[in-house]
Amino acid sequence: MTNRQIVLQTKNVGKYFYDPEKFRVLNNISIEAYKGEFLTLVGKSGSGKSTLLYLLSTMDRDYDGEIWIDDKKVTGLTQNALAEIRNEKIGFVFQFHYLLPEFSCLKNVMIPALRLGQYSRQEIEERAYKKLEILGLQDQALKPASKLSGGQQQRVAIARALINDPKIIMGDEPTGNLDSKNTQIVFDIFKQLTSEFGQTIIAVTHDNDFAKASDRTIVMQDGEILDATL
Amino acid sequence: MNYKHNIDSEISISYIVTNKKLTTIAALGVIIGIAIFVFMNSMMKGFDRTSTDSLFKTVSHIRLFKDDETSIPLVKNETNDTENIIINPKIVPDNNVLINPEALIKLLQSQDNVTVVSPQTNVNVFYNNGKSQISGLASGVDIVEADRMFNIKSYVVEGNANDLKHVQNGILLGVGIADKMNVRTGDNISITSSKNVLKIMKVVGLFRTNNSVVDKSKSFINSSFAQQLLQKNSSYITEINVNIKDYDNALIYAEQFSKLTGYKAEDWKTANETLMAAANMRKIIITVISFSILLVAGFGIYNILNMTVSQKINDIAILKAMGFRGGDVIRIFVQQALIIGFFGIVLGLTLATILVNVLSHVYVGGDIGFFPIAFEPMQYLRGFIFGFIITFLAGYIPARKAANVDPVSIFRK
Ligand SMILES: Nc1ncnc2c1ncn2[C@@H]1O[C@H](COP(=O)(O)OP(=O)(O)OP(=O)(O)O)[C@@H](O)[C@H]1O
Ligand SMILES: [Mg+2]
Repeated sequence: MTNRQIVLQTKNVGKYFYDPEKFRVLNNISIEAYKGEFLTLVGKSGSGKSTLLYLLSTMDRDYDGEIWIDDKKVTGLTQNALAEIRNEKIGFVFQFHYLLPEFSCLKNVMIPALRLGQYSRQEIEERAYKKLEILGLQDQALKPASKLSGGQQQRVAIARALINDPKIIMGDEPTGNLDSKNTQIVFDIFKQLTSEFGQTIIAVTHDNDFAKASDRTIVMQDGEILDATL
Repeated sequence: MNYKHNIDSEISISYIVTNKKLTTIAALGVIIGIAIFVFMNSMMKGFDRTSTDSLFKTVSHIRLFKDDETSIPLVKNETNDTENIIINPKIVPDNNVLINPEALIKLLQSQDNVTVVSPQTNVNVFYNNGKSQISGLASGVDIVEADRMFNIKSYVVEGNANDLKHVQNGILLGVGIADKMNVRTGDNISITSSKNVLKIMKVVGLFRTNNSVVDKSKSFINSSFAQQLLQKNSSYITEINVNIKDYDNALIYAEQFSKLTGYKAEDWKTANETLMAAANMRKIIITVISFSILLVAGFGIYNILNMTVSQKINDIAILKAMGFRGGDVIRIFVQQALIIGFFGIVLGLTLATILVNVLSHVYVGGDIGFFPIAFEPMQYLRGFIFGFIITFLAGYIPARKAANVDPVSIFRK
């Protein structure tokens, strides 16, 4: 445990919502996530899990305290700088897939890489194929995203989250819409990503089995950390 | 290693392709807007050109003459201290002659950008034939210079303007006068001046300017004859007409000549205020209407972009989550607008060309002949530029809205 490398850390993070009335949705959140860790975030509905995840994702900039990603303080950075960090270092999976329906699965997976511009188009295409292969979707690559089943679409969304080899993959109930079989597939993929590729997963879930099988679970209640078990 | 992949364009093109119907309608709006814009403005140019062309058949760019002088109401008495008061000031008569016209002409000819200088002696006359009598104006000119200035030969319909050179008492008559007096080329006609001098003139030709007032009153005669009609010597010149290279600069040169010579120099626009006022009014109306049409076309694009932004709000949210910047999002939608705009503008200019072409072959008859419209490169350029400005704005406003979408608020839904 001593040698483990921290990839994400919050220092005393808190947040208010002002609408309809001022209320402290998060308070005194200090957590860290390690390289290669499969971390789950659980808690009652309304306890602030999604809100916390959006802070960690850098998309919500309205909070107090500090957030550090990959040894860099991201609190106070400009929108554009944060966009670069998300593009390069963070992958997202939501309950809904948010694929671009006009594009093929392959193109959907390629989009973040085309934005990053680290590889040539040819290389990006090859890499996108590989990611789809990992998720068992190589046959669906050229189909329009809208023509896939819900489970397949969710897996395409995961492939897309992986395309830039992000340090952290964040998910807000990534298996919320999936049946037990597909949930198991996604779980296995996450497990593989953390153990084989050293990527970090931070996933909000309501699924107790899913949480139990992860490396570590953080429990939230009323906007605070209740319990961090190992 | 860093690659620049044009993913923004790919996305905007896919939005255009998936929304073919609405895109086509928006583009159609631009096509019609641009076509009408260019067409109407070309038409206005055509009108302006015919009206100046017809004006310059009888009017020079700048006219130099001695302004009427009004007698001074208070005159100092030289001999004693009393003042004689003239309470009814009148125009000082008979001094509207230019002194030493040859020197003036030389001076004007030596100026930059002056193309033609034509001295003129105008005489108010009555044309008589038998019992009928018409009042009018005979311009005493050197026909060679006057032709260079007014292009008289181009509107001579009968006879030959050059005959005025050989025939001392020749007269070139407006068709309106000829009709009323019932004379043809080769006939004689007598004219009487305000000095009551009567001369028998030989008609050497007829002209038609298509300005009926001119055609019914004006004639050209040799300047020596005009001087005789006024009982003046051969240096009696009432005005000098000057043409310059670019008639739009006439006002500047007129002021310059005025200073240079000490006489009044009047540019054609000042001399034809009513005509100019009408032209300005026409210009204002056409400009307002044509820009309104362009604006409506812009609303078409604005509309479709607004719709795309609301439709694709999820796409925008996930793109921003994946690291697309506000600028990328703006580019996606502005490009969409510009692509629609580009096709609209190109096809619109094509349609304008067809409209202009068709209309220029329409014969409207009368004084005008074929419809006065031509290809105006400047109007095409204006249509192109304004089309793009409006398209850009129509795209930029919804694009900025899209760029400001907060992805979290979308994901929470
Ligand atoms: N935009 C908002 N404005 C005001 N209050 C909000 C807003 N979004 C969420 N809340 C409130 O903040 C609290 C935390 O919401 P959050 O979505 O983080 O909960 P959660 O733990 O993700 O719940 P769930 O498990 O149902 O998804 C809730 O009480 C919610 O009502
Ligand atoms: Mg939630």
